[in-house]
Order: sequence, then C-alpha cells, then structure tokens
Amino acid sequence: MEICITSKGDNLDSQIDPRFGRCQYFIFVDPETFEFEAIQNPNIDAMGGAGIQSGQLIAGKQVKTIITGNVGPNAFQTLQAAGVDVITSVAGSVKETVEKYVRGELKPIQGPSVNSKFGMP
Amino acid sequence: MIISIASGKGGTGKTTIATNLALSIKKRVQFLDCDVEEPNAHIFLKPQIQRTEAVSIPVPEIDESKCNFCGRCQEICAYNALAVLKDKVLTFHHLCHGCGGCRLLCPLNAIKEVDREIGVIEVGSSNNLQFIHGRLNINEMMSPPLIRAVKDCIIPTKIVIIDAPPGTSCPVIEAVKNSDFCILVTEPTPFGLNDLVLAVEVLRRLGIPFGVVINRSDIGDDKVDNFCHKDNIPILMRIPFNKQIAIAYSEGIPIIDTISEYKKEFVALYKNIVKIVR
Repeated sequence: MEICITSKGDNLDSQIDPRFGRCQYFIFVDPETFEFEAIQNPNIDAMGGAGIQSGQLIAGKQVKTIITGNVGPNAFQTLQAAGVDVITSVAGSVKETVEKYVRGELKPIQGPSVNSKFGMP
Repeated sequence: MIISIASGKGGTGKTTIATNLALSIKKRVQFLDCDVEEPNAHIFLKPQIQRTEAVSIPVPEIDESKCNFCGRCQEICAYNALAVLKDKVLTFHHLCHGCGGCRLLCPLNAIKEVDREIGVIEVGSSNNLQFIHGRLNINEMMSPPLIRAVKDCIIPTKIVIIDAPPGTSCPVIEAVKNSDFCILVTEPTPFGLNDLVLAVEVLRRLGIPFGVVINRSDIGDDKVDNFCHKDNIPILMRIPFNKQIAIAYSEGIPIIDTISEYKKEFVALYKNIVKIVR
C-alpha cells in the first residue's frame, strides 16, 4: 500500500512542502521498495477549495496515508471520508520522511491542523 | 436614475459623499447601502426600519440512494464545493455560490436544492428618503447574492443612490452594475491614486460614466489631479481636510448639518451629474 507525501520537488531528495492543497508535487511512494511516482499538483492556482480538490486526487489513488506539513478543515474532512490517514507537522526530505514512517515514528492526527485558507498565497 | 458611489481604496469617504448627496436632493430618493459586509450609512441617515427579510442562496443536497458517483457535479463546480469519492459525496455549502449548475446537470436527478441563509435586508425610511441595506451574516463570504437582493428593491422612477463596498472585485461590480453614473471618491495619496486607477479600469470595462470626488483635497500630492487631467476624467468636487467635518463624522452627523454651505455644493454635484448623464 502506497503513502503520499507533499513535496517541493519531484524526487525523494526534495523537501516536504508544508502546504497540502497547494503543494508543488505529490510523491506517491511504496515504503517497502521506495519506488515512487511524482505528480505535479494541478490545484495550486485553484480560486478556492484547493484542499478539497487535492483530497479527491489522493482519494482516487488508493493511498493509505498522506504525510504533509499542515491540513485545513475541508481537506481533512475529504481525506477522512475517503479513509486516508493524515500525518502533519512533518519537515525534512521525502526520503527521510519515508524512513521515519517505516520505523513507526509518525502518527496520524484526528483533526485539521490549521484553519481554512492557511495555504493561500 | 441610479448613481453609485465607489472608490477602490477603503476609507476615502464613500459613505460621507453618498449620505450627504442623498440628504441634499429634495425629491424621491432611494438610498441603498450595498456595503453589506459592513454597512454604516444608517449611522448618518438614522432610518426607522420597517421590515427585515432573510436572504438565502440555493445549495445542493445529494440523495445518495439515487447517486452513482459519476462526478459530473464536481467537474462543473468552479468553486470546488462538492467532492465526489468512491461511495460518498461531500458538499461544502460555504464555498457554494448557488449557481444551480450541479442540480441542472446531474444525469440522475440526485441533487435537490436547499436554502442557506447568508444575511438579511432591512427596509425603512428616514425623512423623505427610502432606506435599504443588507447585513451579511458573520463569517459569511458570499456577499454578491445579498447585494443583488438589496438592488432588487430599486424603484426605477426614483433617484437611487448606491453606497458601494470598497475594492474592485465581485461585490463592487455587483453594486455598481447598471448604474447611470458612478462617483469615485479618492484621496490625493499614492494609495488613493493606485486604487483609483484600478477602479477606473473596472468602470470603463462596465461602460459606466464616472467622475471623481477628491476628499481631504488639501493634503498629499497632485498625482490624482494629474491622472484625471491626462485621462479626461471630470473632477466633480473637492472637500478639503476639516477638523469640524471629522468631528461630526465621528458623531454620526452629516457634513451638511454641520457646515450648511456644503448643501449647495452637493446640490451642484447632483445637477452636474444629471447634466453629464443626459
């Protein structure tokens, strides 16, 4: 089962993007093999509801867990409804993050970590 | 005739100009405060409110027993107010602009509309003028439908004065749309000029004739004047900075009740606008 990490770049050495809905890239990683696929986020310039759109994108990908910096209420509601675990407050490179995840150091949150519009430019 | 008062920059004196103009015209005036996010014209006009009406917008409700989660509703929603998951549809009513597109295009008729209240309009009178304003609910972002509800009260045979919100985005466009003339109130500062230039672009795009009133005209610089001369924009009135006006304002008293000579100036402003429009 894959996990997804919001990223500033398109590879495992990139830093985590602290924003969920408007992050630069979503990196889908298999934590056992470290095989990955990077997708440019199409919702960066959404007028509103970027978190909801990104939540749906993740929901359509059979992802078990999303790891990011912060998640707002609309995105959290969407991810929760889709049965995706949400891990926030994570910084560092994508690779380090996957390693932490594998070691069981990261725990899912039970509610949004920031208010609406947090990630607006 | 519909005269709207807008500005671009906030705090330049829209409400001051709008209320004093309305009070100076002797006949059939209808005053609309369309700054529904923070209406304040009532402080100066002191109307007796006779009627309050709730204003709602239609938002989608999904019948999941009819829905096959095709995602059509979510595709056409420009504001991402719907999220369609594998076996669930989420609706985010506070993001919905109430266009009705999702209900219209749902192939299975699984969407019906329910009302969501966004604010109220209050209708009253003050001396010889009819007064209407909108009050947007707290924490509500959807002001254009409420502005439309205020403007639905327009009686075309009256002289309609519209106090518009600041800025140049959707609420302003909704407020000034279909005006016969728009007064842009500005101040002679770099901020006043910057936002005036933006407001002028909006009005030109909408095809509404306009002129400028310069408030606190003896402070700042002459860049607003230069801009108006260069672009052939009429400067209709200048109000110098005056402590007496500022004190009256802070007590909710119109200029014309403090310095009575201003009444003539506002009557002249009105007549000048009539001449430009005809």
